[in-house]
Amino acid sequence: MTLNDALKEYCLRIADNSSILAHRLSEWSGHGPILEEDIAMSNMALDLIGQARGFYSYAATLEGKGRTEDDLAFRRDTREFVSRNLVEQPDNKDFGTAMLRSFLYSCLSYLQFRALMNSKDETISGLSAKAIKEVTYHVRHCGDWVVRLGDGTEESHRRISNSVEDLWMYTSELFEQNEVDALLVKEGVAVDLNTLKQDWLNLVDEIFAQAKLTKPAEGGYQSSGGINGMHTEHLGYILAEMQFLPRAYPDAIW
Amino acid sequence: MTISKEAVWEMLNSIPDPEVPAISIVELGVVRDVKVEGSSVIVDMTPTYTGCPAMKMMEDQVKAKLMLEGLDVKVNVVFKPAWTTDWMSDATKEKLRAYGIAPPDKLSFENLHPFAKSDKGPLKCPFCRSENTALTSQFGSTACKALYFCNECRQPFEHFKCH
Ligand SMILES: [Zn+2]
Repeated sequence: MTLNDALKEYCLRIADNSSILAHRLSEWSGHGPILEEDIAMSNMALDLIGQARGFYSYAATLEGKGRTEDDLAFRRDTREFVSRNLVEQPDNKDFGTAMLRSFLYSCLSYLQFRALMNSKDETISGLSAKAIKEVTYHVRHCGDWVVRLGDGTEESHRRISNSVEDLWMYTSELFEQNEVDALLVKEGVAVDLNTLKQDWLNLVDEIFAQAKLTKPAEGGYQSSGGINGMHTEHLGYILAEMQFLPRAYPDAIW
Repeated sequence: MTISKEAVWEMLNSIPDPEVPAISIVELGVVRDVKVEGSSVIVDMTPTYTGCPAMKMMEDQVKAKLMLEGLDVKVNVVFKPAWTTDWMSDATKEKLRAYGIAPPDKLSFENLHPFAKSDKGPLKCPFCRSENTALTSQFGSTACKALYFCNECRQPFEHFKCH
């Protein structure tokens, strides 16, 4: 694998994660529990779409085959997507699940962008310096809600506890790496995710403690394989909706 | 026709920010550079937030404004250095306040920690300057603003977040 190929794959990963999580958040546009949250979720989705665009465009440039950011987002199938399994998980219109999903992902994304601001690749460091400010708000906002719901009423505590049980099995996978990371870490372009794991746990523990939530016991089943194109059944449904228009009307432009 | 760089900056400074019309796109800090070669103008612009939906509109307004003057225009979107609210001058921030938006503080590193406790004290109401205010939501009508409420004059107001 060349450095160029690895870098393209790395950008696709960040872009796929952002784009799929943005899609999940955008499902709440017009359906938020209160107006402020409707706006907040749509705003977070917009931030993520902006981030996805930056990384897709860079991936397309690195590939150099004339594909565009839109081709990468809308003309690839499930097995080509290298997003983490967590971001594609449905929330079944449970607001707490949606907040927790974004919180768990954003904590890692925040730490990753913070490290990538020092990447030796200028485009990566530039995009990361921009994205980190947005993601900081996502962690804060979603973390606030995890606390409010966890330390809220009997029902809200019970429901967000269930969300923790449902989503925890997708957290180890956030840290999976392959030869792409090995190559880029050596070159000072990427960050070794193992070095972020303790910081991630600290962020999660801080919020869980305030929320009176406990982490599931270690050793339970953990999902695996997103970065190698292995996904849960949910991604296909997301892509079917997300990609319908550009596939049905290939000449459609924005 | 030929035109001076300064004249281009002046024209751009007359284009209002589509979301906060009290300030211009130059005062907002999204116009980064202007290059003039004969009747061709190249304008470098940077988005406030990566997904800012107003970016396209600002680009179009820049193009329209300069094309009406008979100039060839090219807009480059640049991402580095990343836009920050620190690029707004004190005078611009005062315009925001007069418009009813609590302006951003200076960006500090602590703003980049998700659980940072601000040591800057409470936010002042842009209307009555009371410090008896409370955060309603981290996100307002646009990604760059948060929603607050003033307990003194009972007015909801927006805060342009530090970024
Ligand atoms: Zn007031």
